[in-house]
Amino acid sequence: MQRIGVFVCHCGSNIAATVDVKKVVEMARLEPGVVHAEDYQYMCSEVGQAKIAAAIHEKHLTGVVVCSCSPRMHEATFRKAAEKAGLNPYMVEIANIREHCSWIHKNIEEATEKAVILARAAIAKVNLNAPLKAGESRVTKRALVIGGGIAGIQTALDIADAGYEVDIVEKTPSIGGRMSQLDKTFPTLDCSACILTPKMVEASAHEKINIYTYSEVEKVTGFVGDFTVDIRKKARSVDMTKCTGCGVCQEKCPSKKAPSEFNRGLNNRSAIYTPFAQAIPNVPVIDREHCIKFKTGKCGLCEKVCQAGAIDYTQKDEIITEKYGAIVVATGFDTIKLDKYDEYAYSQSKDVITSLELERIMNAAGPTKGHLERLSDGKPPKNMVFIQCVGSRCSDNRGKSYCSKICCMYTAKHAMLIRDKYPDVNVTVFYIDVRTPGKNFDEFYRRAVEDYGVNYIKGQVGKVAPQPNGQLLVQGVDLIDNKQILMEADMVVLATAIEPDPSVRKIATMLTASIDTNNFLTEAHAKLRPVESPTAGVFLSGVCQGPKDIPETVAQAGAAAVKAIGLLAKDKLMTNPCTAKSDELLCNGCSQCANVCPYGAISYETKLINDHGIREERRVAVVNNALCQGCGACTVTCPSGAMDLQGFSNRQILAEVDAICR
Amino acid sequence: MKYSYYPGCTLKTKAKDLDAYARASARALGFELEEIENWQCCGGVYPLGSDEIATKLSSVRALNEAKEKGQDLVTLCSACHHVIKRVNDDMKNVEDIRTRANNYMQLDEPYAGETTVLHFLEVLRDRVGFDELKKKVVNPLTGRKIGAYYGCLLLRPSGLLEFDNPENPTIIEDFIRAIGATPVVYPYRNECCGGYISLKEKDMTKRMSTTVMDSAAGLGAEMLITACPLCMYNLKKSGSGKIPVYYFTELLAEALGVKEEAAKA
Amino acid sequence: MKSEKKQAEMIREISGVNPYKCMKCGKCSASCPSFNEMDIKPHQFVSYVLHEDIESLVKSESLWKCLSCFACVERCPRDVKPGKLIDAARQLVVRQRGETYLSPDEVPELLDPELPQQLLVSAFRRYRR
Repeated sequence: MQRIGVFVCHCGSNIAATVDVKKVVEMARLEPGVVHAEDYQYMCSEVGQAKIAAAIHEKHLTGVVVCSCSPRMHEATFRKAAEKAGLNPYMVEIANIREHCSWIHKNIEEATEKAVILARAAIAKVNLNAPLKAGESRVTKRALVIGGGIAGIQTALDIADAGYEVDIVEKTPSIGGRMSQLDKTFPTLDCSACILTPKMVEASAHEKINIYTYSEVEKVTGFVGDFTVDIRKKARSVDMTKCTGCGVCQEKCPSKKAPSEFNRGLNNRSAIYTPFAQAIPNVPVIDREHCIKFKTGKCGLCEKVCQAGAIDYTQKDEIITEKYGAIVVATGFDTIKLDKYDEYAYSQSKDVITSLELERIMNAAGPTKGHLERLSDGKPPKNMVFIQCVGSRCSDNRGKSYCSKICCMYTAKHAMLIRDKYPDVNVTVFYIDVRTPGKNFDEFYRRAVEDYGVNYIKGQVGKVAPQPNGQLLVQGVDLIDNKQILMEADMVVLATAIEPDPSVRKIATMLTASIDTNNFLTEAHAKLRPVESPTAGVFLSGVCQGPKDIPETVAQAGAAAVKAIGLLAKDKLMTNPCTAKSDELLCNGCSQCANVCPYGAISYETKLINDHGIREERRVAVVNNALCQGCGACTVTCPSGAMDLQGFSNRQILAEVDAICR
Repeated sequence: MKYSYYPGCTLKTKAKDLDAYARASARALGFELEEIENWQCCGGVYPLGSDEIATKLSSVRALNEAKEKGQDLVTLCSACHHVIKRVNDDMKNVEDIRTRANNYMQLDEPYAGETTVLHFLEVLRDRVGFDELKKKVVNPLTGRKIGAYYGCLLLRPSGLLEFDNPENPTIIEDFIRAIGATPVVYPYRNECCGGYISLKEKDMTKRMSTTVMDSAAGLGAEMLITACPLCMYNLKKSGSGKIPVYYFTELLAEALGVKEEAAKA
Repeated sequence: MKSEKKQAEMIREISGVNPYKCMKCGKCSASCPSFNEMDIKPHQFVSYVLHEDIESLVKSESLWKCLSCFACVERCPRDVKPGKLIDAARQLVVRQRGETYLSPDEVPELLDPELPQQLLVSAFRRYRR
C-alpha cells in the first residue's frame, strides 16, 4: 500500500476563489492510501516545496499528489522537489484544478466537486505508480536551420559563433529571403542590402556554417538531440565547384520570358538565373520549365558560352542525410493572394500594386531601375494612394484575423521616401488605425505627416475603379469629416496582409510541431517559452511564429539560437522513462504496433519464451527505449494487450476512470 | 435534360423576350425548361428580417414543387434568383425559419432546402459547359464588344449565392467569349444601377446608371448585357444612352441561330 | 412606441447583427453608392444601435435611400454588415401602421409604359408592410 500526501494549492485566488480548497483537502483525506493532506497559498513557492519535502520525511510518503495548475506548468518543479527529498520523481502526479477547473467554472460548489474528483483520480493513479528511471541519450552537436532569410541567417551565425556546426537549408537559389527584396528599412531608412549582404557573406564564409540552397527538407526522423534529416538538393544543372559566377550564361540565354520571382513577377528573367546580383551562392540555376534545352532538346547555348564548363544538364536531385541535435524553423512569410479583394482592382490594373511590389519598384536593381513609375505606361505618378489593412484584421472568410504588424511602418516609410524624392507627388494613406509601438516608431510615422506632408485619412477604401483615361478612381471614406471621398490616383498601393510561407505546413508535419489556424507555428508557452516549439529540440525563428519586423526577427533569431546552443552544449539528455513495454508472454507477433509507431521504435525478435513451462521460440515485439516517445499509439493498437506504457499503464488509466465515475 | 423553371412576374409581362429567348436557346442546347405550376411572385426583394416568414412562402412553394418533381430549379431574373436562392438557404440552414415556414405550408413532407437552385447562366456554365456552348454556336458574334452588367443581386452576398467572385466575376465574360464576341471588363459592372429606388429617387438612379454605362462605354463596350429586367429598365431609362442594353438571352439566341424562332413564339 | 432600449434590441434581433464586432474601419460607408443622400451614414448605424438612439434612426432619410445592394454586406471585414441594420430599422418603421414612404395613391403618376412589375413589387415590399 502507498503512503500518499496530497497538497492543494490556492494559486493566490486563481484556484481558491472558485474552489473550496479546504473541502478538497478534507475529501482527499478519505481516499485510500492518503496519509497526509494540506493546502497552501502558493505550492510552487520555496515554502510550498519545503512543505512537500517535510511531509515526505515526516510521514514517510511513497507518493505525492499536487492539486494545482497544469502539469505543463509545474510538474517538473514538483518532481524535482520530491526527488530532492528522496522520492522517485515519477511517484508525483498533478491534478490540474486550475486550467481544467477553476478557470473555466464560475459556480463554487460545482468547481469544488470537480476538483475533488480530479484529485481522487490522481490519487487512484499514484496508488498504482511504480518508480521509473530515466535513461540517457546522446546529443549530436550540429544544428539545422530551415530557411535562409534574415531569421535563419542570424540564428545560424549565432549558433556557429558559439562553436557548433550549422546547416542552412534554403529552398530558393540564394539565401537572403524577403529582406533581400526590400529597398530601405524602417525606422532608420538604411538600405536593406547594405545591412543584409554583409550578414549573407559572413554566413557563407563562416567555417562552421554550411549552406544548402535550392534545397528542401524531405524527411525528419528521430527526436531531440538526435534527429536524422533527409535534404533534397534540387538539380541546379550547374556544377557549383566549377562555376565562377561570371554571368555570361544569363546574358546569352535566349529564353527570357520566365517571371522573376525576386521582382514579384513585375519583369522577366532568363531560364538560367541567379535571383539577384548579390546572390549567395553566386551560382545560377537552370529553371527547367523555361529552359529551351530541357523543353525541346535544342539550344545548349549556356553550355557553349561557359568557359568554366560548369553547365551540367544531366544533374539529378540528390538526397543528403545528416544528423542534428537541434532544428530551428525560420521559414518566413509571403503576402496573401488578392483574388478575394478585387474591389481594389489588383487583377484589373497594373497600377494597383502590393507594398512588396513597390519595394521592388523603388529599388535600383528592380524592374524600373528605382524610378517611381506606373507599370502600365511608364509615366511618373502625380497622385498615389496607399490602402492599409488589405486582408488584415478581417474576421470574415476573406482575410486574416490578425494584424500583420509591419504595414503601418512600411507605409509611412514608403510615403516619406516618395515625398522626399518626388516632392510633387501627392501621397494619401487610408488607414483604420496607425499602429506604431516600437522604439522611434511613432516619431517616424509623425515625421511622415508633419515633415513630409503625407495626407493620412482615417477610413477605408470601398472601391478602386480603373477609368477610361488610365486613372484610378478611388472611392473611400473620411470618418473624421464624415464624407465619402472620390479621388483620382495614378497608382494605388495595397498594404497586403502577410501569412506564413506555405511550405511551413509540410515542415511542421515532418517535425510534429504544432501550428495554429493561421499556419503560424505554436510556441511552447506564449509568454515564457516564445522561441521553442512544444516539440522538444525544435525552435522558432522569425515570422513563422507570428508577424514581426526586422529588429524583432533578429532578436528572436538570437533567442532561438541561444535555446539551440543550450541543447547542443549538453553531452547527454535524460530520456523520458514513460516508454512502451511489451509483455513477451502475451505478444503474438502480429506487427500491428510496429506499423502504427510514428518513431520506428518497435522491432521484432525471435526469442526462446518460457510460457508457464512450455518452452518455444516466438516472434515478439521489442521497444527501443531511446526512440520511443511514449505516445501510446501501440498500446491502444495491440490486440492482445501485451503492449503497455510505463507510467500510464492500462491499469492506471482505468483506475483513474473508475475514480472519476465512483 | 429537364429543369423546373421559375419565370417570375416580369418575364410574363414587360420582359417576355428575356424568357422567350431563353426557352428557344434551351431547346437548341438540348435541355428543357418546364415551368412550374401555380408559381407566385417572389416579392422582388429578399426579406432580410430574420422574423419574416410569410414573405418567404412563395419561394418555398416553388422550391418544394421542384423537389417533388425531382428537378433542379432554374431562374432567369436576377431578383427571383436572389430571393429564391436565399430562401432556400434559410430553409436548409436556419432552423427557426424552416420550422415556422413548414408550419404554414402543411406539406406532406416538410421542405428543408433539398432543391438545387440554378441561374440560367449557371446551367450554361456548369451543366452545358461554355466549351460545349461554343460548339453549338452557328452565328458567332465576332467583333462585338460587350460589357457584362452583373449588378448586385446575382453576386451578393457571395457566401450564400456562390455564383461567382463578387468583386471580379467572370461568368458573363466567359459567356460572351463562348458566343464569339469580345468581353469588355469595366469596374462598375458589379455596382448597383439604382434598383427599386428608381421608383421615387430618379436623380440617384440617373447618377448610378450613368456611371455604369459611361464606364463601360468609355472602356470600349458597344453594348451592355444583363439578366435583370429592373437593371434593363434603369440602364435604358436612366443611363446616359451612350450604348444599347440587351438581355443576355437575346444574344445567346442570336448566336445559336434561334432568334427568329423565339421572336415568333 | 416601445422604449428605445427595446427597439434597439429588436433591431439587433431582426438583423442578426452584433454591433460590438465593428472596428470602425468605414468600409461600409466607403462602399455605399447612396452615401451622399444619407443623413445617417452606414457606419453610423452601428453606433446609433449601440447607443440605443433609435428615435434618430427611425426618422432617418437613409432608410429610404439604401438600395439593398449589399456592397457593405459583402465587403464588411468584421461580419457586422450594416445594411442589415438599415433594413431592420426600416422594418421597425414600416411595421408601425401609417408610417410609409410610398402610398398607393402616388403610384399612377410614377408609372411609365416600360416600368417593370418587378420594380413596383420590390418597392412596395421595401417601403410598406
